[in-house]
Amino acid sequence: MRPRHAVWILATAAAIALPFVHRDPYHLHILVLILIWSFAYTSWSIMGRFGLVSLGHGGFMGVGAYVTALLWNHLAVSPWIGIPLAMAAAALLAVVVGYPCFRFRITGHYFVLVTLALSGIVLQVITATRDYTGGSLGYTPNRTKGSQLLALQFDDKVTWYLIALFIWLLGLLIWRGIDHSMSRYAMEAISEDEDAAAAAGVNVTAEKLKITVISALMTALAGALYCQYQMFISPDTVSGIAVSLQMVFAAIVGGIYVSFGPTVGAVITILLAETLRIGFGTNAVGWDNLVYGVLLVLFIIFLPKGILGSLTEGLKPQRRPSLPS
Amino acid sequence: MQAFLDIFDIYLLEAVINGILLGGVLALLALGLNLIFGVIDVTWICYAELVMIGMYGMYFLVQVYGLPYWVAAPFTILLVAALGAALHLIVIAPLLTAPPINQLLATGGVLFVLQSFATVAFGVNFRNLGIRLPVLALGEMNFSYARLLSFGAALFGMVAVYLFMTRTFTGTAIRAISQDRQIMSLMGVDTRRIYLITSALGGALAGLAACLLVLQYDVHPFVGLTFGPITFLICVLGGLGNFIGGFIAAFIFAEIISLGGLFSDLEWGYVLAFAFFIVMMFIRPAGLLARRR
Repeated sequence: MRPRHAVWILATAAAIALPFVHRDPYHLHILVLILIWSFAYTSWSIMGRFGLVSLGHGGFMGVGAYVTALLWNHLAVSPWIGIPLAMAAAALLAVVVGYPCFRFRITGHYFVLVTLALSGIVLQVITATRDYTGGSLGYTPNRTKGSQLLALQFDDKVTWYLIALFIWLLGLLIWRGIDHSMSRYAMEAISEDEDAAAAAGVNVTAEKLKITVISALMTALAGALYCQYQMFISPDTVSGIAVSLQMVFAAIVGGIYVSFGPTVGAVITILLAETLRIGFGTNAVGWDNLVYGVLLVLFIIFLPKGILGSLTEGLKPQRRPSLPS
Repeated sequence: MQAFLDIFDIYLLEAVINGILLGGVLALLALGLNLIFGVIDVTWICYAELVMIGMYGMYFLVQVYGLPYWVAAPFTILLVAALGAALHLIVIAPLLTAPPINQLLATGGVLFVLQSFATVAFGVNFRNLGIRLPVLALGEMNFSYARLLSFGAALFGMVAVYLFMTRTFTGTAIRAISQDRQIMSLMGVDTRRIYLITSALGGALAGLAACLLVLQYDVHPFVGLTFGPITFLICVLGGLGNFIGGFIAAFIFAEIISLGGLFSDLEWGYVLAFAFFIVMMFIRPAGLLARRR
């Protein structure tokens, strides 16, 4: 265990030191985006790896971003209080939709389509309440006149990089925590066969609800951070079916069964989009999604475990089983 | 006060009838999706995008190549039917034995492909046929001919599918497969051929819907997102694969949207419809017509 911990500490220290060595604002911007989206994709995969495929995460993210921004602009509530409230709202939404789904054994296609309705509702509500949310034109949190720390608004990219890094590490720790808990075994049993799991004494509804709420909380946090960092949100960038599908896509490309999979997915998708944007200029509209879509189909047909998942699987047999890992 | 109520009633009746007309097209969309689900056990998330491609097909045939509407429509239906068959051969067939979620997500990828293909090939501008059908004034109510025509054609399409399913050998085989997938191949029915025919038929229904929708709405690459989600909700509310349930659900949804839009913005009509859907999932999780356990 020792060398592994050392590697972790070294890698984290290197990641923290990076912005003080390399200060290029564009590169830092891309890194911050990768870290925030990695966290969002990780939170999707926490559910997705157990076969709970949700297309409602665009809804949770939208709630996280909009509740935080609305509280700040209309009621002058600091994001330090606003973000927990937004997360609580997303968790409540997850319970309202999740409980009946799990209680009445809505699984597979049905679950996907019910969650799809959820992200549809959030998108339409944001658009319909345009007097408060700006509708499809988007919304900007008011610039602070007082303390930057209180408003969680920083002009400095380095600060944002460190915040995003911390949150991303937190996401990996939560993943690890679930991976080492009894819940993981319960959820794996449920994804194999719900009835058998229930017969073996697993509280199916409670276990599924727990994992869903954790995932919704994390996704809302990702949405709120994205809003605070970009200082501009629109219904199409943080909510709706397109965002949900984007999460699913990135997570699957990276691999949803390994902790770094969603991160690899975020790196690939964001770098791909940026490269295409720079390469094609304004003609790039549509090209990035075209490449995404083709890749997604190819991945599901040929590499359903994702890039990282397939790589680690390929490496495993070469490792001697007696080695302590 | 009495005068106010009179006007109100007329508007209400107009909204109710417009809801029924909208329901016809929604029912047609739901029928195609239900057919695919019932027979192949796959949800085409990209179904509305097939409709979008069909709408572009109509636009190009009518506006660019100058064909009359009636000539362009059969071509468009054939085009989308071919697209449906191709979708099955290229994407679904290799995944038939994979977990159902993978099939669903693969068609999600196709959604991205079709949407961005349209963006790249046709640009993001809104386009329309340039055909403006007259408005039928009935008493104090106004109905557009486009909606009446769509309703009639949608009903015609549904009756045609019904006759095909009940009166022909292939139709009977399709219905049999949806009842028992394994046994039919033992009975000498070529399942691959039936799946392909079903996919083409589902595509053809999407094509017909495209010909009708293009009369009422402008086409742009993201037009599928406006009626795609509602189509899935209708199918789930009716019970996936349940044709009659889907038919009834389509009219319920259309009325909610139409009446909700009467009292407030159109978006609130949609919000109400979505909310109604989630409430119904509590009460009847397996669809409207499912027997209670």
